[in-house]
Amino acid sequence: MAASPTWRGFRDAFRRHPTAIAGGVILLVMIAIALLAPWLGTVDPQAVAPIKRLKQPSEEFWFGSDMMGRDVYSRVLYGARVSLSIGIAVAILSTLLGLAIGLVTGYIRWLDAIVMRVMDGLMSIPPVLLAIALMALTRASMENVIAAITLAEVPRVTRLVRSLVLTLREEPYVVAAIAAGTRLPRILVRHILPNIVAPLLVQATYVCASAMITEAILSFIGAGTPPNIPSWGNIMAEARSLFQIAGYLIFFPGVCLSLTVLAINLLGDGMRDALDPRLARRM
Amino acid sequence: MFAYVVRRLLATIVVMAVVALVVFLLLYLTPGDPAAILAGDAATSDDIRRIREKLGLDQPFLVRFGGWIAQLIRGDLGTSIFTNLPVAHLIGQRVEPTLSLTLCTLLVSVLVAVPLGVVAAARAGTWIDRGVMAFSVLGFSLPVFVLAYILILIFSIELDWLPVQGYRPIREGLWEWARHLVLPATALGTVYIALIARITRASMLDALAQDYVRTAQAKGLTPSEVLVGHALKNAAVPIVTVIGIGIALLIGGAIVTETVFAIPGIGRLTVDSILRRDYPIIQGVVLIFSGAYVLINLAVDLSYMLLDPRIRY
Repeated sequence: MAASPTWRGFRDAFRRHPTAIAGGVILLVMIAIALLAPWLGTVDPQAVAPIKRLKQPSEEFWFGSDMMGRDVYSRVLYGARVSLSIGIAVAILSTLLGLAIGLVTGYIRWLDAIVMRVMDGLMSIPPVLLAIALMALTRASMENVIAAITLAEVPRVTRLVRSLVLTLREEPYVVAAIAAGTRLPRILVRHILPNIVAPLLVQATYVCASAMITEAILSFIGAGTPPNIPSWGNIMAEARSLFQIAGYLIFFPGVCLSLTVLAINLLGDGMRDALDPRLARRM
Repeated sequence: MFAYVVRRLLATIVVMAVVALVVFLLLYLTPGDPAAILAGDAATSDDIRRIREKLGLDQPFLVRFGGWIAQLIRGDLGTSIFTNLPVAHLIGQRVEPTLSLTLCTLLVSVLVAVPLGVVAAARAGTWIDRGVMAFSVLGFSLPVFVLAYILILIFSIELDWLPVQGYRPIREGLWEWARHLVLPATALGTVYIALIARITRASMLDALAQDYVRTAQAKGLTPSEVLVGHALKNAAVPIVTVIGIGIALLIGGAIVTETVFAIPGIGRLTVDSILRRDYPIIQGVVLIFSGAYVLINLAVDLSYMLLDPRIRY
């Protein structure tokens, strides 16, 4: 593994891009925090204590307490679980769906015309609005938030996959494979797919970052995860009416969210540069 | 060229029809009974029946869809469940603040972002370039409402220069109107500026590497003449494209910005309607915003012909 040229290429590029490494490290720390939340001095993130509401950050409440006396430190740490799992779930789901739809439409012309018109329509609805419309019609739950954001992200992934397929199918080795009588499923899996994986991986990181922001926006305006689930957006939503007296409700989750999204974006940029050195100089 | 314009117009109509279909289908495709969900937990079976009739869920799908499209063409967006007023009227009341916010943001963002991108490209590799790129990555990572609260904290609460919240209509005085828009437009515009500056820089770098730029330099034009007259002119198409596509960010962000700054626009109406589960209003807002978005991008497509005489259809 260590000797393979692609792996070495990756390693060298990362050495030249310290920001990407920093992004990767921050992301790993956030994932560690999410996994280890119960052992990091937290209490039950949903335990209410009405007499201890809206306490400023202190010895007892490191990040303060919210309107129902819940410990914001614990909620922010457990919030990492919610926000990261929504981001990662949306990234995986929309990548797989976009890949499947893009592969099929890139090869079946009549289907392509129909599916792409639907995708054009979906892409004409600003993603946040599409998610809002869906959330207004369903009960608030994490699954529904993931489904709503995925639906808003799929068209972009589909377009990317389709454009890659349309370029790749003209490549001499694909034409040669067809001429040699290779069947379509085998061409897709052996010749097309391996060349799509890398750009798709880059796209997936951007989808993950954008999904985390969309989730926070949805929760912030009351159309996201149920209020009792401690997502970063939900913690900040309480600050809508309390901002002037409890700025810490915005500060701690806001810093965590921005830092995580920044880390994912830096990682994505690093991966993109490693895969396409020509583009790296421009972007 | 005429044929191209007609083709683009037809494509736009198709896209709008798909948008309408998607928005309408949501009512049917979401799991569970939408009438029961919209009615809320405390609803009686009468309430649910009333909402079902109002949304036409008691009629066959095609009948309902046909009737709805006919309504839309007449400019009727349906009636609100909560207030019983026409949705078009409710949205119409809220247009001015949203239009003020988004147009100001759009204008200021373009005026800031394009020069930023041009300078970054002209000084590629220097600290100016790195600064612009760092700002761009940060801009993508800060959620609009977090930035909004940071701005309020600094400029309204600490320095007391600008109002914390609220909106003043333009007819109550240009100064007050502008003062109330500075912070919301800054918060909303940051991600948009980040996006446009990044693309401007990239397409300027492409243009600057071309032969005609060297020719222009060789014949003795000043650096700024080369940058604006030759490079920027040729880099215009991707920049204008991303300005159009980025409007989606502005629309999504406006909903949040209006919530943070208590601006009584369409975004605020949307958020209130989510809380009241007033789906007809949400449906109307999605249609209006998507329609505006599609039309702007149609204008962007048509502008290519003016921007780049080489493009012939």
